Amino acid sequence: MDQLDWIITVGKCALIAFILLQVVPLMVWVERRGSALMQNRLGPNRLGPLGLFQGIADAVKMLFKEDRIPGHVHALYYKLAPVVCLVPAFMTFAVIPFGSQITVGERVLNFQVADLNVGLLYVFSIASLGVYGIIMAGWSSNNKYALLGSLRSSAQMISYELSLGLSVIGILMIFSSVKLGDIARQQGEILLQLGPISIPKWGIFVQPLGFLIFMTSIFAETNRLPFDLPEGESEIVAGYHLEYGTMQFGLFMMAEYINMTVGAAMITTLYFGGWQLLPGMSAIHAHLGDLLALSDMAREWVRVGLEITSFTLKVVFFLWFFVWVRWTVPRFRYDQVMDLGWKVMLPLSLVNIFVTGVLIYYKVI
Amino acid sequence: MEKLNNAEYGLPESEHYSIEKDPDDLWQDSRVIVNIGPTHPAMHGALRLCARLNGETIEKSYAEFGYTHRAKEKLGENRTYHNFVVYTDRLNYCSALINNVTYAMAVERLMGVEVPPRAVWIRMICAELARVTDHLVCVGINALDLGAFSYMLYGFHQREEAYTLIEKLCGARLTTSYTRIGGLMADAPSGWEREVKEWVQRTRKAIDEMDKLLTNNKIWCQRTIGVGVFNKEQCMQYSFSGPNARAAGIDLDLRRDQPCMFYNQVEFDVPVAKNGDVYDRYLVRVAEIRQSLNIIAQCCDKIQKGPIWSEDKRVRIPDKDVVFNTMEGMIHHFKFFMTGFDVPEGEAYTSFEASNGELAFYIVSKGAPRAHRMRIRGPSVWHFQAIPTMVEGLKIADMVAALGSINIIAGELDR
Repeated sequence: MDQLDWIITVGKCALIAFILLQVVPLMVWVERRGSALMQNRLGPNRLGPLGLFQGIADAVKMLFKEDRIPGHVHALYYKLAPVVCLVPAFMTFAVIPFGSQITVGERVLNFQVADLNVGLLYVFSIASLGVYGIIMAGWSSNNKYALLGSLRSSAQMISYELSLGLSVIGILMIFSSVKLGDIARQQGEILLQLGPISIPKWGIFVQPLGFLIFMTSIFAETNRLPFDLPEGESEIVAGYHLEYGTMQFGLFMMAEYINMTVGAAMITTLYFGGWQLLPGMSAIHAHLGDLLALSDMAREWVRVGLEITSFTLKVVFFLWFFVWVRWTVPRFRYDQVMDLGWKVMLPLSLVNIFVTGVLIYYKVI
Repeated sequence: MEKLNNAEYGLPESEHYSIEKDPDDLWQDSRVIVNIGPTHPAMHGALRLCARLNGETIEKSYAEFGYTHRAKEKLGENRTYHNFVVYTDRLNYCSALINNVTYAMAVERLMGVEVPPRAVWIRMICAELARVTDHLVCVGINALDLGAFSYMLYGFHQREEAYTLIEKLCGARLTTSYTRIGGLMADAPSGWEREVKEWVQRTRKAIDEMDKLLTNNKIWCQRTIGVGVFNKEQCMQYSFSGPNARAAGIDLDLRRDQPCMFYNQVEFDVPVAKNGDVYDRYLVRVAEIRQSLNIIAQCCDKIQKGPIWSEDKRVRIPDKDVVFNTMEGMIHHFKFFMTGFDVPEGEAYTSFEASNGELAFYIVSKGAPRAHRMRIRGPSVWHFQAIPTMVEGLKIADMVAALGSINIIAGELDR
């Protein structure tokens, strides 16, 4: 690696971290305005255009509050817990490709921080670290409700990690790669040609059942309704972050929203073609190139721009979907969540693997 | 008492060290004891449930109340009958108008005062409006406790509109103090009945929408069916009344069985379920909202112009122009508000179907302007006693559902 490679890599890391940090206040705003939209309310609309600056105001408020540590907590773990929650959330995004590649001169630019050869395994291993933060928070808070919350959370995350991991096996079998870049690239192939409509080989078309399991598990992993038992504000008050205030609580909240973003990006990459252009976009690309009489290089850049746009649009849709579900359905009970995880999701994902294997053996997909 | 195995507790085998198991001891077996309340988001008012948990299962618990005790019954013996109206608002603050109406009926019954028809119709509309708002709060908060936030706000929107209608009557939204002994504070403004009917139309639509959103929701059904069951026998043992009793199959509604006001002139059904679980209580309440809306619509059709005050000189508050322009009126006014009016000797128990169940005032008068004994029967008291039995063996989350579904209002629980 020469100097420029280093600069490019550091630049990509910084860009991803910056964007993820910006997603948090935006998502808080979307959540609040979105819920208001569904509930015949206005939501925050005073600060800035459409109330967009509300997130900044919230952050400033949290930063300027007195950073008080309750007397009965284990101070070290108490302080460490939010960080342990937040860091893995950021790290996961490193392997997610948000665009294909472009050749500038002799250099191939990858729109992905690191195309690790362990790809998906990295995602799962890092994502499961987040639960340590929650357990630490619950344990060090020295509070019964917080402990109940963290117990629920650890049980839930471990249970759903199984079905989460197993649901992806189908995808791995079909694309025979764990590298997310490869998986995204292969989804550009055409699965079926129905007259003028060509159906791409997106994950959802080859793995519909796997997609449903994966999505449900992502909801459980990110502790969102209907699986928000670790917080369950009406039962165990606020769960694991009950004893937290100021920006320490803010870090937990950031971790939740970044986890959501990562979840949405994972769904997009594995099941919705990742950066593959949305239907109609390739036509736009061709027309735009002809219309402006662009050079080949410029056409390439336009293509990359459209790819990043498609990726972002898909992620945004799934983020909205998270919000949408949250304000629609009630919460499960703890044992029902466990039942669903072990008795429904796990067998279903095993069935999915089996069926996929059979289909691959008979060369259907 | 059951003898425990000493070895299990790390104690030597000896007669002297034996511990005896006390079935009522929460601390037995050193399980986690959790105080749920008095300040807990799912506690409807300041209630406390001290629970022994095994994992998340409530093994044993006891319920405690009294955190908002304001000695209302004693106040009833120290305030004149007129002054006590404001205190009735604070009983079940979700349906203050029903308390006002019931209290006014109780004193009028003791005095033998007849209220003119228009006032009675308005009181009926008020009572049913209050019932709708109370049930909307109950099912809404119950759903909110189980995570369905939007559902609650759909209900609250209609509730706010109902409060706007109530505000047009008496200027207050929550603590109404609308009735007077022998009449009403003020007549309904012109066109009020029409506005109420429009509200009824909108609320019907909203209820249908809420119904679609939640009633057949799989998660909601899983969370509520078979949870917090209190069957017919248990309900009878614990003196349940109102929607909670009807959800268990006790077909009892004082509006129908003990008609007061003009309830025999309107048509309505009494919804009854049979399982007595959270889901049935929810269904009964939603059905009752629909019935109440029907009653309101009928009342709005039947109401006619007329006086709102009884002609009885004892209870009639003099009009302001009489007070300001005549000496006698001024004296009457002062006498009314300073000393109050005498209620003839006697006692009466007047009950009415409030939104939560049988609300009753038992007043003993010794002929003075103050009651000798003012006893209030708030239905929540009886329902609250059932909580430890109801939640035994349930999860914490189910406890929240059960508590929300029987609609404990701390105001009428503690009085």
